[in-house]
Amino acid sequence: MNSLRVTPKSFLSPGIFLLILVLLAASPLYVSPYTIVLLTTIFMFVILTVSWAIFSGPTGYISLAPAAFFGVGIYITAMLGKELPLLVVVGIGGLASFVLALIIGALTLRLRGIYFAILTFGLVELIRHFLLFWETNITGTRGRIVVLVENDVIFYIMLAILVLLMLTTYFLRRSKFGLALQSIGENEEAAAHRGINVTMVKVIVFAISAIFMGAAGAIMATKWTYIDPYIAFNPLFSFLPALMAIFGGMGQLYGPVIGAVIFTYLEEVLTTRFPYYYMLIFGVVLVVAILYLPNGLVGLLPRLWRRRWRKGGSAKQNAST
Amino acid sequence: MIKIILDVVVAGLLMGGIYALIAVGFSLQYGVARVLNIAHGEFIMIGAFITWTMYTVFGINPLVSLAIVGPIIFIIGFLLHKVLFARLRISSPSPAAYEGKSLLAAFGLLYIIQNVAILIWGAEVKGYSYLTSSFSLWGAVFATNRLVATLLAIGIGLAFYLFLARARIGKAIRAAAQDPATASLMGVNINLVLALCFGLGALLAGFGGSLISMMYSIQPAMGFQYTIIAIIVVVLGGLGSILGSFIGGFILGLVGSIVAYWQPALSLVAYYVIFILLLLIRPAGIMGK
Repeated sequence: MNSLRVTPKSFLSPGIFLLILVLLAASPLYVSPYTIVLLTTIFMFVILTVSWAIFSGPTGYISLAPAAFFGVGIYITAMLGKELPLLVVVGIGGLASFVLALIIGALTLRLRGIYFAILTFGLVELIRHFLLFWETNITGTRGRIVVLVENDVIFYIMLAILVLLMLTTYFLRRSKFGLALQSIGENEEAAAHRGINVTMVKVIVFAISAIFMGAAGAIMATKWTYIDPYIAFNPLFSFLPALMAIFGGMGQLYGPVIGAVIFTYLEEVLTTRFPYYYMLIFGVVLVVAILYLPNGLVGLLPRLWRRRWRKGGSAKQNAST
Repeated sequence: MIKIILDVVVAGLLMGGIYALIAVGFSLQYGVARVLNIAHGEFIMIGAFITWTMYTVFGINPLVSLAIVGPIIFIIGFLLHKVLFARLRISSPSPAAYEGKSLLAAFGLLYIIQNVAILIWGAEVKGYSYLTSSFSLWGAVFATNRLVATLLAIGIGLAFYLFLARARIGKAIRAAAQDPATASLMGVNINLVLALCFGLGALLAGFGGSLISMMYSIQPAMGFQYTIIAIIVVVLGGLGSILGSFIGGFILGLVGSIVAYWQPALSLVAYYVIFILLLLIRPAGIMGK
């Protein structure tokens, strides 16, 4: 599945990436404040989705823990936001999620398949309900007010996290770790017999992916101003990254990115156009995407490509795809 | 002291009956049809709302509504498997990929069903009173509807167990649970059996919903909490073990009742702690192999 190559390699040259980056970085100069907020949300989902795909893409372990890491970041900002500089808080958010992911990973990654999915899901719920209990019964207050930060600052920090994440993903895929992870996904026993420390590789990559989710949560909290356990540890933040990644297709680095961008934009359009039917339409889109796009949008391209070329009667192109 | 223990135990068993029923349905859908149905609670919600509508609009006794709720929800579940999960199963490269995809598809279903229910019934909390007179059991006082609901839950559970153990189609279901490929070689119509299992799982959820609506107020968002309980019970009993789920339901009911006596706000937290410890220490559950 991962050997699918949709577009020529030159298309994704560093130059193009740099151009997109410059265009995005300069966008506060030429787009409306509303677009900046929308872009920030899109970046957030791209970060969550790509981080999810770093680990779950190659291994096939469905992690439903993103909400835990994201929520930890949110709570770090809520607790430390007033005392420390913003960048430090974001860093701590990422670090706290990293540590949490190391613990969760060490405990749970021995479990395979569906057990891992439901255990990570259960952990998010445990954290949420424990915090809720803590806030209502011990501290006596529910929810917290978060420091306010300008939209442009949030935008730039989110963009910076995204760039760091893309670089990490790019190099991770080409590193020894990336290859080890790939072989674990294909056959875990075989990988172990080849001398790969299977558990260690899984735990480390899992923890690395959590850093970015935590950092994204830490900065996103400032946009929401008020947070409580229901907002911070909403299971939607666990499921959406998985769905966006599958929707986009996980065979390529840019699959999850495309999935997240389209999905978030779609969500935005649906909430404003059809406020009453939005969740319903959303559910239908999810089911249809899973049913009809087994390899995601990215997987759809070569199919269309082939069909077009077959009509044109070019055997050469057929053979090369 | 003895009175307190009795109080707590009876309350736990009364709750456990419903948990068991819900969990058996969930277990059937996962154990045989291999769908970790995160939308299980939505079928409970539909069952509850159909019963509510029957009672408040047509004045039909909730116990009679069971006969209406059952077929409706069974057909919904059966068709859902035919048009959605059966196709996913064929298109998935491996059983593990199918489990992942069906979990995510069920998550989409959760939204669809919940929002259709909001469009039909509105988002408000609803309820009706039925058999609210109290009875005392060894000194502990409970509403009659809880006893009726628990007895029915146990009765439905036992009837279902007999069906699986004795009926011809029940044998086919058990064969499919053990090894779908071999079962189909032995002449079991595997697609029919899987759809049947999904439908039956939904049916049990619907029955659970009917019984819940007799005791508690209902709303379209009520389903998820029961889904979570079903997941915990099924893990407790052993994924795929029907008997384990049935026993697990009562165990969880008892645990919930004990913790709730001591600190009501912590009962959900206690469920998760049990759940996670269990997965870490004994993922196969109490009845698993």
